[in-house]
Amino acid sequence: MNNKKEVAVDAEQSTANQVLREILTGSPVRTLLSILVGFLVGAIFMVAFNPEVLNAMSYIFGRPADAFAAMGKTISDGYGALFRGAIYNTQASDFATAIRPITETLRFAAPMIMAGLGIGLGFRVGLFNIGAVGQMAFALIGVTYVSTRIELPFIIHSLVAIIVAVVFAGAWGGIVGYLKAKTGAHEVIVTIMLNYVALNLFTFFLRTPGLLLEEGGAGTPKSDPPAETAALPNLFTDEYRLHWGLVLAVAATFFYWWLMERSTIGYRFRMVGFNSSAAKASGIRVERTFVWAMAASAAFAGLAAANQGLTSVGGVTPSIHANIGFDAITVALLGGSRAGGIFLAGLLFGAFKAGGPAMQVVGVAPEILNVVQALIVMFIAAPPLIRALFRLPQPPKRKPISEWVAAKFSKPANKKVAK
Amino acid sequence: MSRIEVTSGMFSQVERKPSLKAPIVMSFVAIVSLVFFGILGPTSVVHFQITEANALVSIPDLNLPSNSLGIWASVVLLLLTAASFWFGIARKFVPRVLVIVFGLTAIVALLGWIAAGADVPVGFLLGNTLVLALPIILGGMGGIMSERVGVVNIAIEGQLLTGAFVASVVGSITNNLWVGLIAAMIAAALLSTVLASLAIKYLVDQIIIGVLLNVLVIGVTNFLYSQVISQDNANLNFPGTFDRIPIPLLSQLPVIGDAFFNQGATVYLTFLLVPALWFILFRTKLGLRARAVGEHPLAADTVGINVAKTRFWWVTLGGAVAGLGGAAITIGNVGAFGREMTGGQGFIALAVVILGRWQPIYVSISALLFGFAIILRIWANQINPVIPVDFITMVPYLVTLIAVAGFAGRVRGPAASGKPYEKN
Amino acid sequence: MKLELRGVTKRFGTLVANDRINLTVEPGEIHALLGENGAGKSTLMNVLYGLYQADEGQIVLDGVAQNFKGPGDAMAAGIGMVHQHFMLIPVFTVAENVVLGNEPTKKFGLLDLEAARKKVRELSDRFGFDVDPDAVIEDLPVGVQQRVEIIKSLIRDAKVLVLDEPTAVLTPQETDELMQIMRDLAKSGTSIIFITHKLREVQAVSDKITVIRQGKVVGEAKPTDSASELATMMVGREVDLKVDKAVAKLGDTMTLRVEDIHVEDDRKQLAVDGVSFNVQAGEVLAIAGVQGNGQTELAEALLGLRPVLKGRGAIALNDKYIDHLSVRKRLESGIGYVPEDRKKDGLVGEFTIAENLMLNGSYGKPFAKGISIDFANRDRIADELIKEFDVRTPSASTHAEKLSGGNQQKVVVARELSREVNLLIVSQPTRGVDVGSIEFIHERIIAERDQGKAVLLISTELDEVLALADRIAVMYRGKIVGIVGADATRETLGKMMAGVSA
Repeated sequence: MNNKKEVAVDAEQSTANQVLREILTGSPVRTLLSILVGFLVGAIFMVAFNPEVLNAMSYIFGRPADAFAAMGKTISDGYGALFRGAIYNTQASDFATAIRPITETLRFAAPMIMAGLGIGLGFRVGLFNIGAVGQMAFALIGVTYVSTRIELPFIIHSLVAIIVAVVFAGAWGGIVGYLKAKTGAHEVIVTIMLNYVALNLFTFFLRTPGLLLEEGGAGTPKSDPPAETAALPNLFTDEYRLHWGLVLAVAATFFYWWLMERSTIGYRFRMVGFNSSAAKASGIRVERTFVWAMAASAAFAGLAAANQGLTSVGGVTPSIHANIGFDAITVALLGGSRAGGIFLAGLLFGAFKAGGPAMQVVGVAPEILNVVQALIVMFIAAPPLIRALFRLPQPPKRKPISEWVAAKFSKPANKKVAK
Repeated sequence: MSRIEVTSGMFSQVERKPSLKAPIVMSFVAIVSLVFFGILGPTSVVHFQITEANALVSIPDLNLPSNSLGIWASVVLLLLTAASFWFGIARKFVPRVLVIVFGLTAIVALLGWIAAGADVPVGFLLGNTLVLALPIILGGMGGIMSERVGVVNIAIEGQLLTGAFVASVVGSITNNLWVGLIAAMIAAALLSTVLASLAIKYLVDQIIIGVLLNVLVIGVTNFLYSQVISQDNANLNFPGTFDRIPIPLLSQLPVIGDAFFNQGATVYLTFLLVPALWFILFRTKLGLRARAVGEHPLAADTVGINVAKTRFWWVTLGGAVAGLGGAAITIGNVGAFGREMTGGQGFIALAVVILGRWQPIYVSISALLFGFAIILRIWANQINPVIPVDFITMVPYLVTLIAVAGFAGRVRGPAASGKPYEKN
Repeated sequence: MKLELRGVTKRFGTLVANDRINLTVEPGEIHALLGENGAGKSTLMNVLYGLYQADEGQIVLDGVAQNFKGPGDAMAAGIGMVHQHFMLIPVFTVAENVVLGNEPTKKFGLLDLEAARKKVRELSDRFGFDVDPDAVIEDLPVGVQQRVEIIKSLIRDAKVLVLDEPTAVLTPQETDELMQIMRDLAKSGTSIIFITHKLREVQAVSDKITVIRQGKVVGEAKPTDSASELATMMVGREVDLKVDKAVAKLGDTMTLRVEDIHVEDDRKQLAVDGVSFNVQAGEVLAIAGVQGNGQTELAEALLGLRPVLKGRGAIALNDKYIDHLSVRKRLESGIGYVPEDRKKDGLVGEFTIAENLMLNGSYGKPFAKGISIDFANRDRIADELIKEFDVRTPSASTHAEKLSGGNQQKVVVARELSREVNLLIVSQPTRGVDVGSIEFIHERIIAERDQGKAVLLISTELDEVLALADRIAVMYRGKIVGIVGADATRETLGKMMAGVSA
């Protein structure tokens, strides 16, 4: 009994210590620091390539204040514009206009969140789905067909289109899982190849009369706009372009959370991702899991495709996927493959897309935000970088070999004590 | 973030015995060719323009009805298929030469079908194939150099883009294309050091780093393009291209002379680089050690080879080569930088590395296949093809898929590719 | 060259892997280093080869103390090593492998493979190796690959050659050939350190034997000493494990019938070679034997992780053949499985204890309602099992990887014993487990037996086998040497473990 108490106390101390370490080294603080550093480097870029700053730099020794003022102005102009363009327009005349930017952020975020959930699902099963672009393109063939070629009543039309998107994307993703399970082909290579195949197929459908090409169209690959019964309606008044895609994204996020954290399917997915040989010994068919996980991952990308296809103004073109499939990788990485994290990461990068035009107006190329985006995720993906920058303590090592050896040898030592 | 499985090499697969998969795929192609290009093929005449104006020996142009060309080519294809069946039944691998000849014949049949009733400008197609394939070849060489030592390089796209950008801008500013070329190589090599150090020293997942580097480079070049370059294109983004230098005698060869030997510096550099890389990899001490590191780093370590250092330098220099590939786009061909102008050629390079089985010569041939697909699409668009150009574009990707899925003999990359090496 | 190790100590954290080890190897001597797995043999050799640095003690070659910073130094000093897992590049030729790191070159770093081939041929001829320098390694049988490893050392002028478990991967014929090679090498003046746990081979080839147990030298022996003496030295224990148990009350059913099964290992070698036995309800049948004699493959085949060769044997559970069933179906038809390597096959380190307790129970009750995890039930069961099995943890939501080995094993045992099973397969249930947990786990296994379940215990620990078993089957080279009662002596078992039938 006495012995047991000691052990318990020991465990408590070590957990307290661990919690402290994990707060310092683990995700939340590191994520914030990564975002901070990302913006900082972005600021440096802005300053370094701003003509006014460069001009002021030419006489920096004469009037250094000018140079610093120019730098400050550039940064505050740039990020100020980002804020006005993505969150709240302080220069707007009335409140309704002022909050328009945040609705734009939500609009841009929705598909990135949905596709990001898909990539995140893959990560948690140990699969790198780099093929969301292709899965979306393939899904869009179905979506566009349903939304432009079939007549159905309102709501049902949208639902059918969404289901078709999920099924099409899932099937396209399932091919990847199948090839991986059956032939050992690496999913990264397979998804890259399938991206191009799907994009070309999609373009072919859009280009060909009788398939998806718009009525009376020729040459340029472009479809009719989605039927009014199929298009996702706006959430508020027509002043805001925010549509039901956001609701879809919120629902997808909750579903993802339930699937991965609450359901036995997600439990088995995670088991395979963490330790496939323990999964095998527990009676799980790992290869079949790869197929289903890849299909599920792609199905989320299918939702993003539905979002794009059913809200296109003036018709679907080959670039409708808007690189969301690649942005989703950064979303999933920043969000740590968790439902809430992905949602927040999607919002952040959605804000980047919404705020771009406003930055353009004040003379900062909005592409700087892509740099910031890449840097943030790079710091997240490469913990040593951010740790080195801020001199954070090393995280507790997961499975040090010495501990393993010690465990293996611990018997004799303990026996002597027992004696 | 969840763990990505990096325990087994990315490309290593179970040893495969010779099988009948390849012959089966070949017979499928041959039958398609016989039925569609031959029996059902159009009867109008195809005109192959073979001889360029300045060739030493002029070969008369070839005029053939499309369907009879289809039949003849299909007969050759069927014979080759039969031969490959013989190899398969005898439990031997189908020789690569046979596969290459098969591919070329299939291409001729396809050309004859597409161009029924029109001209096929052979020289034009060949020359453009080479120029368009150049970035893919060089990107592929960069990929080989890093994957041969066991580091998967998804960042080839970013390296190409970096090279293209820096070559154009530096070339314009200094008004010297050679300075631009060298700057492009250095810049891409520096980018590669990020991949190398994160992957080797910090054991960060190589695929993730590669993807992120691509995003980063796209962001940076787009930003600089909009913010700076596009304000003053004339001075910052107008480098011109390397002059064409005809090589005496060789450039006057029939069929290939003008296409291959009346080109700019980037082409000739590639002609030197590909065999040189092959030579270094397979005939020198450096290459032997590099390959050992990529196959079995622990074994290399036990005989005193510094794994980390070997990997670092090969990956970095591989970046420089890919940078040269980027330069080949701007100062070798287009003459200016455009946003995201690499358009996925880095990913194609990744594919050709696999298709060419990590061998410089075969990788170059595979890259030429992609280059050909690009020019074929452009050309076919102009002559109203019988099949949609999108399917032509798709072919190389499908071929790569078939190859990675193991349907065309064995694909086995460096065993340790994608696997970090951790010394305890 | 004369090699001396003087007081070599190597620690990993608080663990002493090598404790003041002294060893002298005379020139031309074949010196066997005998000990169980985990006794510290390989650590010692890695110190000698420069892969680890000793914390104390010296390595002395011909009277000169050495300071090896890496394998390169050791090689230069004349030490060669043939690792248990070959350090060969599978896609390279023999010649390329042999010269790697030490390549003969012509101008411009051009490889001189002709010189390499010549050297390989010379050595091959001198010792009768029969190795083709242009053969690709992966096409060669393991025995030949091993010779390539030896050539690799010889070409670097090794005077002391370490062979780490060299026969583990060889067929009997190849083993005999290797022993001849060892004798020839010794005759030519090379000293050989032969690491093994196989008694027959030690007796056949060595000049001198040093026995290591738990990181210490426990004694020296001569090859003429009897196998059972050597076995006792090797596996001897200071503490006897005693479990109070009544005489087994055998049930009526023959729970497990294994009929002449043949199973291949990962290298497609026959690892289980015609094994037959029965386990009756209410008894513990132990499979004893030195590690690597097919026990792992046997256990995996029973669970379905590894196929039984087609048409070569069958497995029946409660008189129903289960060969065609998937792992999941076998688990559901009543097999409990405690794997040999719990970290690899038994637990998911990143999962909590509660999650680990439902590892093979995610398809239905009590852990799931439909496809939803029944959290309330799961946590209640987890708390109960933690209490019942005395898992020492702050809570059920602690991650498994944070637990000690003993507590991890209790989690695995708790999961398997709490399921409805009639056959329990337990492999190395107490490896890396503290003494308190050992007692607990042993008692639980006996309790299961007393409830009428059939238990198949696979263990390399003689003490454990003797403490738990009602009958003991000894495995040697994939075959069962014999099945004896629990009253068999250590000596008998030692002999059987060396392949001598009782």
